[in-house]
Amino acid sequence: MWKYIVRRIISGLAVLLGVSVLTFSLTFFTPGDPARTILRKQMGGRSPSQAAIERFRETNGLNDPIPVQYVNWVTDVMQGDLGVSYHSETAVTTLIQQNLMPTVELAVAGLAVALVVAIPTGVISAVHKGGRLDYGSQVLALLGLSMPNFWLGYLLMLVFAVQLGVLPTHGFGTFGHLVLPAVTLGTGMAAVITRLLRSSMLEVLDEEYIQTARSKGLKERIVVYKHTLRNALIPVITIVGLQFGYLLNGAVIIEMVFQRPGLGSLLIDAIFARNYPVVQGLVLIVAVVFVVTNLLVDITYRYVDPRISLGGGSE
Amino acid sequence: MTDETSVGDRVKSIGDRLRSAGVQARSKLGETRSRLVAAYHSRPVRQFRSNTLNVIGLVIVLTLILTAIFAPMLAPHDPEEQNLRDRLEGPSAEHPLGTDQLGQDVLSRLIFGARVSLKIGVAVVGISLAIGTAVGVTAGYAGGYVDEGLMRLVDVLLAFPGLLLALVIAGILGPSLTNIMIALAIVGWTSYARVVRGSVLSVKEEEYVKASQLMGTGRLRIVGRHVLPNVMGPVVVLATLDMATVILSTAGLSFLGLGAQPPTPEWGTMISEGRDYLRSAWWVVNFPGLAIMFAVLGFNLLGDGLRDVLDPREEESVQNKGL
Amino acid sequence: MTEPLLSVENLHTHFETHDRTVHAVNGVSFDIEPGEVVGIVGESGSGKSVTARSIMRLEEPGKIANGSIRYRGEELTEATDETIRRLRGQDMSMVFQDPMTTLNPVFTVSEQIVESLKVHDNPDHQPLREYLRIPFLHDRTDWADKRDRVVELMSEVGIPNPEERLDAYPHEFSGGMRQRAMLAIALASEPDLLIADEPTTALDVTIQAQILQILSDLRASRDMSVMLITHDIGVVSEVCDRVIVMYGGQVMETGTTDQILTQPRHPYTQALLDCMPQQTERKEHLATIEGQVPDQLGDIEGCPFASRCAYADAACQSAPMPVCDCGDGQEAACCALDRVPDPTREAVGVEGSR
Repeated sequence: MWKYIVRRIISGLAVLLGVSVLTFSLTFFTPGDPARTILRKQMGGRSPSQAAIERFRETNGLNDPIPVQYVNWVTDVMQGDLGVSYHSETAVTTLIQQNLMPTVELAVAGLAVALVVAIPTGVISAVHKGGRLDYGSQVLALLGLSMPNFWLGYLLMLVFAVQLGVLPTHGFGTFGHLVLPAVTLGTGMAAVITRLLRSSMLEVLDEEYIQTARSKGLKERIVVYKHTLRNALIPVITIVGLQFGYLLNGAVIIEMVFQRPGLGSLLIDAIFARNYPVVQGLVLIVAVVFVVTNLLVDITYRYVDPRISLGGGSE
Repeated sequence: MTDETSVGDRVKSIGDRLRSAGVQARSKLGETRSRLVAAYHSRPVRQFRSNTLNVIGLVIVLTLILTAIFAPMLAPHDPEEQNLRDRLEGPSAEHPLGTDQLGQDVLSRLIFGARVSLKIGVAVVGISLAIGTAVGVTAGYAGGYVDEGLMRLVDVLLAFPGLLLALVIAGILGPSLTNIMIALAIVGWTSYARVVRGSVLSVKEEEYVKASQLMGTGRLRIVGRHVLPNVMGPVVVLATLDMATVILSTAGLSFLGLGAQPPTPEWGTMISEGRDYLRSAWWVVNFPGLAIMFAVLGFNLLGDGLRDVLDPREEESVQNKGL
Repeated sequence: MTEPLLSVENLHTHFETHDRTVHAVNGVSFDIEPGEVVGIVGESGSGKSVTARSIMRLEEPGKIANGSIRYRGEELTEATDETIRRLRGQDMSMVFQDPMTTLNPVFTVSEQIVESLKVHDNPDHQPLREYLRIPFLHDRTDWADKRDRVVELMSEVGIPNPEERLDAYPHEFSGGMRQRAMLAIALASEPDLLIADEPTTALDVTIQAQILQILSDLRASRDMSVMLITHDIGVVSEVCDRVIVMYGGQVMETGTTDQILTQPRHPYTQALLDCMPQQTERKEHLATIEGQVPDQLGDIEGCPFASRCAYADAACQSAPMPVCDCGDGQEAACCALDRVPDPTREAVGVEGSR
């Protein structure tokens, strides 16, 4: 088991290395010279002289060969320095910290909504395979998958916030502010998880050990919720871990729809403002978190499925 | 006398030739027709047809394609024609789906939007498919360090949530439809690479491939002849489902402002432009939303149906139930 | 005459596939008395497994189309779900063929045995929170008490050092051990009828012998009936009191083990015994039965073995076979016994078995 963990970590580190290279190279695709842009800001909009630009480039190491710049950048990052925003001269790390909580809140709430909806639906769908309940929930799942989440957001907003006036249309702070965004975010995920759980349940229901359980005289309810579900959830857990990426994707859009602060809004604003240090920093953090999450999911998966973790075999 | 006969003869021979050509054509037509009928009743097609959802998916996709192709003829107005006096009017006879904040006809913009979405979809899927297949075949066939290296590259790309990376790339390159295409292609080829590589790995071990290699057949030929046909099924399924994803992503990126720029009619942009008028003119946001949903649904249904036919992982067999 | 423990009469179990119906069990009748071990012998596709599952009402996705199954007089084909579950929990148990797939991999072996014990104690009341072992909501003492019983059961089936294996998962057991664990689970319900569906087929020969020995011992110590399904006549000769020979979804012949092995009447039984490697002289070709098992689509007229039988004629393919009494309780379903070699007169079957 430990051998596997170590191997996985090394592999993860290799990926992180690649991630850092990719992220670093993003700056080189940006149009314009960062030196000029920064100086311009500093000078209040006036065009800096060529000499000033040259001096800036020298001082900030922009003329060094690229590998050197990369190493400098990486060392900075390791020490927690992700650079400074072009816009406000605040450290990127500070900006991220300020915007972290709303997004985490949204992601967790979205995941909760998704699981609460998807698990019962997936189970019922599988148990009533072929029936109307099954058909209905499959169609709903397909619609949920196919709907653009920004449209769903506006629809919910229209019904609940505008027409019914029950919930706020935008902003952040109270539980009420969290409801519509979380439901919007959770729907897409719920659709995916429902489909997956359903097919997983159907596979497990076909297994011999389910027949054994029935032959013991267990009530069908126990057979489904104890014997089947426990096995069927295993692949679902992996997917839920990977869905973390989906959550981040969704957060960007939903924060825009509901005008919520968060990492998503930060990213969008930064992209449009050509605030590349912020963009770069965010992308790096997100990727790192994503890689680490996947690593943890992989390891947990091994732990959850006793067949694999204990490295067991026959005597 | 000779002239008359020769003319008569010539007319007759032309008539004969025409007749035989006609007969040939009719029999060719009959042949094609019977082949089509046979195909219609063949097992895979029957299996596909048996599920209503699949057929619905096919119908939706075909409708989309036809709408895109015949857009100029179908749209009642010029999608970019602004009519500020008639802005934000509800559905009416003149504008069946209403007008937006610039007086443009929503229906026409929807129809031309289909064109935009499909064009981008096909382009992105095409490029992703090409790159992915090339990488997958190379990695699978070459094995060793090449395989390791390419798969690490795939892992690195997959370390970023897809939309996010596309967002950043598009943002850096500058907002435009072309740049979205590039961004989505860069992000999207990885699935194809994995699928193709998987197929290649399994086919590589087959006896007939080894036999072929022993005979001295060049690697490229082996790939073309043996590997690719096996890969076709899963790749077609992936491409169809990918179309759904690409259309959704394009709409999303355009919604965020990184894609189509006004006045180009794109469904995502339409929603973004219309959101300020959600209260007063709900049609500006909702009709494009519906359009996106149906397009994506169509491709998802079609892809699911194709997957059941082309790429079945599990085969149900009653005989196996311990008879 | 005491009522038989189990009475199967004219059982028909069908499977519907998308274009045709498979008559897996096509008119099977037999009885099992209390305390006897009955072997059901047949090739793959003879319907023996489906018969077993039908008795336990686990025939799904098949359907019992006709016939009756009576356990202690209770009609199982019409019984309610509760009745069936109660029977499974207290009277009938089944052991399946492949021990690698018949145990739930995510629960410990002892938990699966305890579950059996709990159902046996109270088949009608199975609260979800109890069986799911939801913390603070389930009866921990009950589970703990039953662990002792688990150790007893595991010893009974021959699992060494059971106390140390209480928290082991199925994948930590070898094939033979897993099958014993399955037996323990089955025995936990204190069954009067144990149905064993090819319990040794997936195991090594040495383990096979051990399992059969355990079955033999259990029959004596627990006074329970065993219905042993197998395709291996050697297994039958070890443990069974009576034998039922099946082919093509129907019973071909029934009799005591001795009768079947030494004096087989039905041409199929004779052919089957002929095929046994022990029957063949060294360096002689092994005998086989020409032809293939029928695929049982639709109703079959006549004898299912007719197409491969050396003594068949037109009459064999047109009408259902009469069950002929061959004396001493031996019965064969054949319309042409006069043409078939009579084992009391000629040398047929296995000499000196048992």
